[in-house]
Amino acid sequence: MSTVSQVEVHEHSEHAHEEHHELGFIRKYIFSEDHKVIAKQYLISGIVWAVLGALMSVVFRLQLGFPEMDMAWMKPFLGDWISLDNKGLGKLDPNFYLALVTMHGTIMVFFVLTAGLSGTFSNFLIPLQIGARDMASGFMNMLSYWIFFISSVVMFVSLFIKTGPAGGSWVIYPPLSALKEANPGSGDGMTLWLVSMALFIVSSLLGGINYVTTVINLRTKGMSMDKLPLTIWAFTFTAILGILSFPVLLSAALLLIFDRSFGTSFYLSDIYINGQALPNQGGSPILFQHLFWFLGHPEVYIVILPALGLTSEVIATNSRKPIFGYKAMIFSMAGIMFLAFIVWAHHMFVTGMNPFLGSVFMLLTLIIAVPSAVKGFNYITTLWKGNIIFTPAMLFAIGLVSFFISGGLTGIILGNSALDIQLHDTYFVVAHFHLVMGSAAIFGMLAGVYHWFPKMFGRMMNNSMGYIHFWITFIGVYLVFFPMHYIGIAGFPRRYYQWSGFETFNTYMDLNAFITIAAIITVFAQAVFIFNFVYSIFWGKKASANPWKSNTLEWTTPINPGHGNWPGEIPTVYRWPYDYSKPGAPDDFIPQNVPYSATPESNLPEENELIAAEKEINSIKYDTSLHD
Amino acid sequence: MTILIAILAIVFIVLTFMVVSKTQSILKGLSKSEVEESEYLGAPDRYNSANGVGLFVFWLISIVGIVWSFIVYKKDFLPEASSIHGKETDYWFWVSMIVIMIGFFIVNTFLFLFSYLYRHNKNRKVTFYTHNNNLEIIWTTVPAIVMAGLVFTGLRVWTKITSEAPANAEQIDIMGKQFGWTVRYAGVDDNQFGKYNYKLMDDAGGNPMGVDFSDPNSFDDFANASEMHIPKGKPVLLKIRARDVLHSVFIPHMRVKMDAVPGMPTKFWFVADKSTADMRAELGKPEFNYEIACTEICGRSHFGMKLLLVVDEPADYEKWKKSQKPLLTENPDLLNKVPDNLKAKAQKYTSTEPVAAEATPEVVASSVLGNSSKVLK
Ligand code: HEM
Ligand SMILES: [Cu+2]
Ligand SMILES: [Cu+2]
Repeated sequence: MSTVSQVEVHEHSEHAHEEHHELGFIRKYIFSEDHKVIAKQYLISGIVWAVLGALMSVVFRLQLGFPEMDMAWMKPFLGDWISLDNKGLGKLDPNFYLALVTMHGTIMVFFVLTAGLSGTFSNFLIPLQIGARDMASGFMNMLSYWIFFISSVVMFVSLFIKTGPAGGSWVIYPPLSALKEANPGSGDGMTLWLVSMALFIVSSLLGGINYVTTVINLRTKGMSMDKLPLTIWAFTFTAILGILSFPVLLSAALLLIFDRSFGTSFYLSDIYINGQALPNQGGSPILFQHLFWFLGHPEVYIVILPALGLTSEVIATNSRKPIFGYKAMIFSMAGIMFLAFIVWAHHMFVTGMNPFLGSVFMLLTLIIAVPSAVKGFNYITTLWKGNIIFTPAMLFAIGLVSFFISGGLTGIILGNSALDIQLHDTYFVVAHFHLVMGSAAIFGMLAGVYHWFPKMFGRMMNNSMGYIHFWITFIGVYLVFFPMHYIGIAGFPRRYYQWSGFETFNTYMDLNAFITIAAIITVFAQAVFIFNFVYSIFWGKKASANPWKSNTLEWTTPINPGHGNWPGEIPTVYRWPYDYSKPGAPDDFIPQNVPYSATPESNLPEENELIAAEKEINSIKYDTSLHD
Repeated sequence: MTILIAILAIVFIVLTFMVVSKTQSILKGLSKSEVEESEYLGAPDRYNSANGVGLFVFWLISIVGIVWSFIVYKKDFLPEASSIHGKETDYWFWVSMIVIMIGFFIVNTFLFLFSYLYRHNKNRKVTFYTHNNNLEIIWTTVPAIVMAGLVFTGLRVWTKITSEAPANAEQIDIMGKQFGWTVRYAGVDDNQFGKYNYKLMDDAGGNPMGVDFSDPNSFDDFANASEMHIPKGKPVLLKIRARDVLHSVFIPHMRVKMDAVPGMPTKFWFVADKSTADMRAELGKPEFNYEIACTEICGRSHFGMKLLLVVDEPADYEKWKKSQKPLLTENPDLLNKVPDNLKAKAQKYTSTEPVAAEATPEVVASSVLGNSSKVLK
């Protein structure tokens, strides 16, 4: 993570720290308690992981798109995982294929889209947007990042051990993941996976508790819940989801550790393997699946809600128009959060679970589609009669909305248990979740980076490169994942090293090759982003304090906010964050800290009544100093 | 491969060029202007309209692409359904597909159309429009009603599919293992399965399925590790189990999928309504075979767990069953596992009395990894 510290040196050395004694280099940039520094640490870790996860997908996509290909050229970096067949052609080892898929899924879902997305933006935006000097506990926050860092190191190390990383897919269903004899990836690689995930969960709980506490306790004067930007609502709901569901995954993982190492039988029963009947009896592999998906389903909302939150802010700002249906947005998110806990078994329709349970979960699943649809409609209506500025952030936000719709719709088919019989564990599912969760969340994250980059690094990212990045990625994602639906409808199972052994799946070679080419272009186009990102940190155009003319509080800070965020007093909040293009107002935005008494020309009648209350807000005494 | 590399190379060259030229202009720009605190850096730039128009054009081209690709690739969608419930789920699949496609086209059209129509224009007056409860109510209830309709039909079909199998269903014991399937039939004499127990499993001893030979019902049971036969037009109940890790029985043409779970037998019943011969005639592919695949990741050769499925006319099916040799006949050593008091009964199957040995017609399993046919020795 030396990059982080490098960056920080450049950033902050020119800005003497106003209200705090100087911290040493290490406390300031490495073991920092400043939420902004921690956010950047998360962001850069997330980007590094994303690159790795994406490159893995290139390797296994090559296998799927060009099964006959000679992969010997990858031997220098994949080593023994490429074996030479009798014709001297390099072939990817099928065990390694599974390990790659497993690592790809784990990295993308947890390390990139949970830590990299929530970690970055919850940390960065919560204090800045609610008007706080820092998180409730800076120390816990720091601990959260460094535990995540250790977890990352453990997962990374697992890539290099002899038997390879975990290989039972990201859902690590036992008995496969419990029995070393069943799969090389269930040996030490699996142990490291479990250790890493246990640490990851601890980290994400420390973070989540901090986020919720901060939002509840540290809002600035006047920042009532109904004036919170939708980003904050989204982060809060996300944190609650995580706090309530991650512990369940931890217990599932612990029981699995017991089964693996201490001879218990939570998940194991009636197993004969390697010529031997195991003594374990009475356990249930299905129990694991229930526990796993009790986290697993909320997890997909943990991934997508922050992205939707960021998008709300970006879309409103760049449409120069209030977000449509602010309250409806909050209620839909609340509804999604609540329902997210009671739909998990839609991943288990064909596990032999009681069919009646299947019916119940089907009903609940299709209900959750309604608030999700409402969110989509609200975004679109926000665009209507706006005056849209297509910054790269805005383009990515629009891309997100499109993916969220396109991917969400196929969820209606998969949530229908009768139709899921055929489609379960086929590429239809892969296509569905890559659009609705994978690509949508990545786009949310990218929108966030482009939009808040000026506040993070005091410089602007380059727009033209942003456009190029957007267009290749947006078209590329559709070209990769749209045809995958076709492959899924034809019945192709997922987690297959190749399909040619089956006559039924012997079609679509051209489509698979096409997808692979599109994926490679899309992945390598991210180099434009990485270049833009790194370049702009050092040499980007200097930012102004509020480059997008946005209303929320973070833009009232100096260009390079120091520790404590505002040099003087924290601004007081008088209005909601979406007063864009208010009739009568001279400017097309009115920041949250502008009192109604200062804008008589644009106040709505009921807002004039609020002027009287402003004195009261002003007289509130909060202790907003930074505690050591 | 060369095409691939060529494309990549071109992309990279173009990107490098753009990045370099851009870098230069940024460097030039930087030296000129020092930014003011309040400068509006996010103002729409000269590409703004192009981006807005681009989104809409993208959508128009997408529509063409979607329609075209759908037509081209449709022929392999949902391989011809050969079971009764499969026809029904296919029907509802397409109904749902039409519903979501309508949603897909309408909503995306609005999204991209608005992006195009409301791209920035200095003179446009933005409508300050914060909420509209009627609209919210409409677009909450409309999806809710559509969902309710889909849920209702879905539940009906699901309940039917997962209902108890008819009493006369033909039962087949199918077991997944790394990496292959083995099926067991109840035999032609008693039509009752012998019990099984995982502790009795013994690959070396010729009892991979753990059949309990102290149960006389097992004596006429026969098994097969390369193909499964089922009768056409008759309910078939698969009793599914796994002996090592999770597997999942997937018969694409039958719209059948059910996990195989160690320690928890599962089941799925269905009626095949097209024999292998029917399908060969219908598709004009004399080579056609039904196949069974595994759809729950189970390790290295997950992708190779193939079992052939042969759907026979009921009479042929009975004939095939008669031609199969019971486990005891296949492997007389198993007689050692039979308790002494039942040996006499069991001996009937081990004596080399010739069973009406009709060669199984057609198909020979060509297992991808050559691992499934070894099982029974
Ligand atoms: C870079 C572009 C990406 C490509 C080309 C890609 C491609 C794929 C493919 C083809 C599979 C299925 C592999 C198989 O089943 O054999 C897969 C699995 C998966 N991908 Fe991606 N993916 C990409 C990005 C992402 C992102 C952004 C996410 C974030 C959610 C993600 C999450 C997953 C997950 C969770 C799995 C399932 C892994 C498993 O089966 O255990 N992917 N990906
Ligand atoms: Cu789910
Ligand atoms: Cu399997």
